[in-house]
Amino acid sequence: MKTIMVNGNSLKWEEEMNIDLILKRKNYTFKMLVVKVDGKLIKKTEYSKTFVQPGADVKVIHLISGG
Amino acid sequence: MNIYQNPYNPEKIKAAHKLLAELKYEIKPLVKGYSNQTLYINVGENKIGSKPVDQVMKDKFTGGRGFNMKLLWDAVTENTKWDSPENEIVIAAGPMGGITQYPGTGKSIVCGISPLTGAPVDSNVGGYFGPYLKFSGWDAIELQGIAKKDVIVYINGDEGIIQIFEAPEEDTNSHLIAEQMCDIFAENEMDMKSIATVSAGKGAENSFFGCLNFSFYDRRRKVARLKQAGRGGLGTLFRHKNIKAVVCKFSGMNANNNEVDDLEKIKDVGASYHRELYKEDDKQCDMRHVGTAHLVEIMDDYDLLPTHNYKFGADPRTPKISSVVWREMFTQGIPDGCWYGCTMQCAKCVDGYILQTGPYKGDTVSIDGPEYETAAAFGANMGIFDPHFIVEANFYCDTYGIDTISFGTGMAFIMECYENGIINKEITGGYDLSFGNGEESLHMLHQMARGEGFGKTVGLGIRRLKKLFAEKYGADPKFLQDIGMECKGMEYSEYMTKESLAMQGGYGLALKGAQHDEAWLIFMDMVNNQIPTFEDKAEALHYFPMFRTWFGLQGLCKLPWNDVEPANNAETDDPAKVPAHVANYVDIFNSITGRNIDKHEMILQSERVYNFQRVFNLRMGFGTREHDMIPYRSAGPVTLEEYESRVERYDKQLLEKWNWDPSGKTLEERHQKTREFREDAYQKLCDAVYKRRGWDNNGVPKIEKMKELKMDLPGVLEVLNKYYN
Repeated sequence: MKTIMVNGNSLKWEEEMNIDLILKRKNYTFKMLVVKVDGKLIKKTEYSKTFVQPGADVKVIHLISGG
Repeated sequence: MNIYQNPYNPEKIKAAHKLLAELKYEIKPLVKGYSNQTLYINVGENKIGSKPVDQVMKDKFTGGRGFNMKLLWDAVTENTKWDSPENEIVIAAGPMGGITQYPGTGKSIVCGISPLTGAPVDSNVGGYFGPYLKFSGWDAIELQGIAKKDVIVYINGDEGIIQIFEAPEEDTNSHLIAEQMCDIFAENEMDMKSIATVSAGKGAENSFFGCLNFSFYDRRRKVARLKQAGRGGLGTLFRHKNIKAVVCKFSGMNANNNEVDDLEKIKDVGASYHRELYKEDDKQCDMRHVGTAHLVEIMDDYDLLPTHNYKFGADPRTPKISSVVWREMFTQGIPDGCWYGCTMQCAKCVDGYILQTGPYKGDTVSIDGPEYETAAAFGANMGIFDPHFIVEANFYCDTYGIDTISFGTGMAFIMECYENGIINKEITGGYDLSFGNGEESLHMLHQMARGEGFGKTVGLGIRRLKKLFAEKYGADPKFLQDIGMECKGMEYSEYMTKESLAMQGGYGLALKGAQHDEAWLIFMDMVNNQIPTFEDKAEALHYFPMFRTWFGLQGLCKLPWNDVEPANNAETDDPAKVPAHVANYVDIFNSITGRNIDKHEMILQSERVYNFQRVFNLRMGFGTREHDMIPYRSAGPVTLEEYESRVERYDKQLLEKWNWDPSGKTLEERHQKTREFREDAYQKLCDAVYKRRGWDNNGVPKIEKMKELKMDLPGVLEVLNKYYN
């Protein structure tokens, strides 16, 4: 099974897997996010156009909120 | 405008006032954010006096919570209990408090020896009192003694007069007395915004988790709005002193009451922030439309919304209490700041609500909130997914002076005890207190306010209830310890921590008890996986509590720091800290005081007070490792039901995180092993945090640390020498 890493945890890779799909699969609904793919910052406007390959290291950093 | 079926008569109330003491004083302009004196009131002896604030006090304690802790330390001894006459309520704004060019600058901080914990507690609150007090000439007010009869303390900051009145006719409950104070002390309707009142209610008299209500007059709604200093039972202490209200009148608001060093710089920083807020908020937390209630569905999505006494973190009924519902119920389009100039506008309000129960049934009222904590506590944790119940209970908790968090978490504990047969209808007075029972819960709330029935028992708080249920009803004390969500005697606020070790420490290692205002690390830890090692977590549990302590020193609200962020925050080196906003705070502090601190000195200011407060805990018989221990429900699944509900997660962790193969093991064995690993991890976390903070392995600040911070004061050393020798 092909996978990617999201915040250090493996996630099954899918064809045409973009950032929006990753967020959906992980149920990441919080709005204040910083997304990086292999160290490169992805702006929110680029989420739908950014496709990841198997083995990609994706960071979806949720900025501290709450409290 | 509230509509009452039994209106009060302000003239009759005023006529019954009997003057007990009076002090006239000269009002002097502030000097760079400070008035350089504090006000001392003893309601038992009818004494009114002042104390100077010198440079040493400012250097070591900065202001706000720092001043409060210093004054409280001087007022009490190691033998003082919460109900001792010498115990104090101390209220202050900090040096940054009251500026109107930047959001979130109107906070008061309140301190005292807590009825819930027996140790010093701090609680912050909006409303106008703190800034008005400072502009009236006082950096802080101490309230000491116990009055023989109900009194009101009145500070007239326009004329320089302080009075103590005997006050027999005022209502005690806050929504009424806050309006009555406006009617009595304001010149006319336009002047009502000059009146700020601190009060508690009948529930504060009859529970250990009474809150304080701080008012501000809303000219558009024509009501006195209420914000709460909720945590730690300070309302209980207030009513124990027989104080009905502390009122401050100040009508001289201008752009520079703080007499700052560089007003233009503050205006520039503020204008930039306001632009950012208007541009980004709708896309981020939407604070201006739903306030902190935006978090309800987010917490549910991440399995963090405490449900049924923190057993679970999500529930399919959550949409019934989500921000979509609150957006509809909150009046939109009316400015909702709890201090002048706050463009965040998150103090949301339900207007025109007709009360369905209790002594004010049928009255039409405006209700502040609910905030996230209240919606989560009443809705998910008590299992009552009904917004109308939440609003009704929110109103009564506020006006009765009851902390919604302690009430909600306390009731959730009661409900689990009820469902486990620890208590029954015979004990509760015939009430079925199963999860989800809103009507019965409101009965408990009204009973608590009247000081009657099982409702009064609920008001003991979880720590005392655990003892009672074990001793009187033969309950298993270990099970009660596992499910009773309190630490140091304070009920947990509304976040699930099972999957975030760092956040377990955020609650357990907080100085005052289980409140999240020192550190909220769940996303960094559980979701982002940014702080994987004990040392990483310890660093976060050093930086964030110190950074957030600074808000309490200065009179600031935390929300503008990170509930809206610059568009380019993601591109910075350390986005979780929001570097641009930290720079704003440094710039504003320097522009007010004329000093030249940097972000490192900011943390040092906090460290001085934070460590002083830890030693203060030690002085009062707390402040060591045993008091930092948490209920197991905070760390993992107490019951097999909880384990089974997330069985895949827990089994996977056993194998991958702890290197223990769960295959072929019984549910009981996996459940027990999970507990062993998680409890061991919490101990290791404590070790790492103590080391990072410069404390010994028992959680006591080292003498070298206090010297390094220049906080090796004689009283501090006396406490530490006793411990170390």
